[in-house]
Amino acid sequence: MATPRTESFEAIVIGGGLVGAAIAWGLCRQGLATVLLDEGDIAYRASRGNFGLVWVQSKGLGAPWYQRWTRASAGEWPRLAADLAERTATDVGLQQPGGVHLCLSEPEFEARAERMAQMQREAGNTPYEYRMIRAPELRDMLPGLGADVVGASFTPYDGHANPLRLLHALHRAFTEAGGVYVPEAKVEEGAAAPHDFAVLAAGRRFAAPRLVLAAGLGNAELAPCFGLAAPVRPQRGQVLVTERAAEILPMPITTIRQTQEGSLMIGDSIEEVGFDLRQTPPVMQAIADRAVRSFPWIGDLSIVRAWSALRVMAPDGLPIYDQSARFPGAYTANCHSGVTLAGAHALLLAPMIAQGVLDPMLDPFTAGRFDVRAAS
Amino acid sequence: MFALRPERPATIEVAVEGQPLRVPEGASAAVALLLAGIGRTTALSGAPRAPYCLMGVCFECLAEIDGVANQQACMVPARPGMRIRAQRGARRAGPA
Ligand SMILES: Cc1cc2nc3c(=O)[nH]c(=O)nc-3n(C[C@H](O)[C@H](O)[C@H](O)COP(=O)(O)OP(=O)(O)OC[C@H]3O[C@@H](n4cnc5c(N)ncnc54)[C@H](O)[C@@H]3O)c2cc1C
Ligand code: FES
Repeated sequence: MATPRTESFEAIVIGGGLVGAAIAWGLCRQGLATVLLDEGDIAYRASRGNFGLVWVQSKGLGAPWYQRWTRASAGEWPRLAADLAERTATDVGLQQPGGVHLCLSEPEFEARAERMAQMQREAGNTPYEYRMIRAPELRDMLPGLGADVVGASFTPYDGHANPLRLLHALHRAFTEAGGVYVPEAKVEEGAAAPHDFAVLAAGRRFAAPRLVLAAGLGNAELAPCFGLAAPVRPQRGQVLVTERAAEILPMPITTIRQTQEGSLMIGDSIEEVGFDLRQTPPVMQAIADRAVRSFPWIGDLSIVRAWSALRVMAPDGLPIYDQSARFPGAYTANCHSGVTLAGAHALLLAPMIAQGVLDPMLDPFTAGRFDVRAAS
Repeated sequence: MFALRPERPATIEVAVEGQPLRVPEGASAAVALLLAGIGRTTALSGAPRAPYCLMGVCFECLAEIDGVANQQACMVPARPGMRIRAQRGARRAGPA
């Protein structure tokens, strides 16, 4: 077969999920001619099955750099949402009224209080406001709280958005700004030299001085071809969705949120089952049970949909960002909170990639941290 | 707009929006709504809707049946004395 003609760009992004789309649009915004290559419907795609929280309060225990990055992203989110609304007329449904994590027993409440205190200590000089709220006061904040709820943690930084609209708006903003999106384009081969990359996908050949690997779980296989490492594994989460109801929940809760349209989303399990997208009744039952203990009235609502999706998880649960030492110009981006971090990816990370240098604040996120030789 | 076929006698009496109506044995609550010419309004925009697929897929037939909101009327067989109301807007959720 003849080698296809080379299509040249200033940046290639592999993976059109939330992470890749946010970065690709961010690069376009920086004025770079960018192509976004995306596998088809058979790929594992967390961006189409997630819970939609823009969540801060539990991120980065023992890893304050992750707390800072998450806070920075939540801070960029209003700008992201406004920019997307202006360019695409899409309301991504951002609301950041603060959020709560419910505790259903005294030990849960104590463990949570300890965790929040540690988060505040680790925040150092950055203010980290939170409150541990006891049930009587919580009852005034949240309607129809169950008798089993003993209290909750609250931070003002949390929120939620519509993750499908976000994905759609990022894609739309990207293509309207001149970005080239190529679907059904699984990258399996590439050639790498410093600031000089070529990949084959969908029978076409693309070349650019910058390459961003944002293929979610696909990164594990791709990264070594470009002098990088992305040891990510799938972690399953199951989600239940109820019929629509009039607005009742004023703020999102770690595992329960009411969408803009009125549905209640109830989530989400944490299961180490490999590449297995099945749903399992016992897990669904446990999810529903906790929701009904939290808010007994949820039991009156019908479940109209349920699904499972695979999180993109690094060994320590933190994101991975790297620029290849061997092939400068090649980057990885992986995380299990692609909604929350969309603000940072589009508005902070993409400019760094355009400049060619990752800010030192991202140094702790290198995959080198998993290398025993590097650690010793 | 809709009429019953003559060979299916209407033997089951239900109440659609409080008005008595007879439907044939085996008909669904959605058939009663269609016969009565009653539509609903959607939860978000308030747009008018009526039963559509009649096979449990589209959710256009939502109705309050015997006091339970948001039921897919096409999936519920009519029973004598059943109270059927079109779902207007979003249902209420929350403590009683
Ligand atoms: C149940 C569940 C709940 C979640 N809840 C939240 C939440 O509340 N808040 C939050 O912030 N995050 C949440 N997440 C995480 C969030 O969904 C992910 O962090 C995010 O979707 C990851 O995006 P991604 O683009 O890296 O990966 P993906 O969405 O998996 O996208 C990867 C893309 O790469 C493409 N691809 C793969 N291999 C190749 C290849 N070789 N060539 C070309 N393209 C390729 C695929 O087609 C796919 O489109 C949740 C995840 C799950 C599973
Ligand atoms: S008419 Fe379509 S679900 Fe009932």
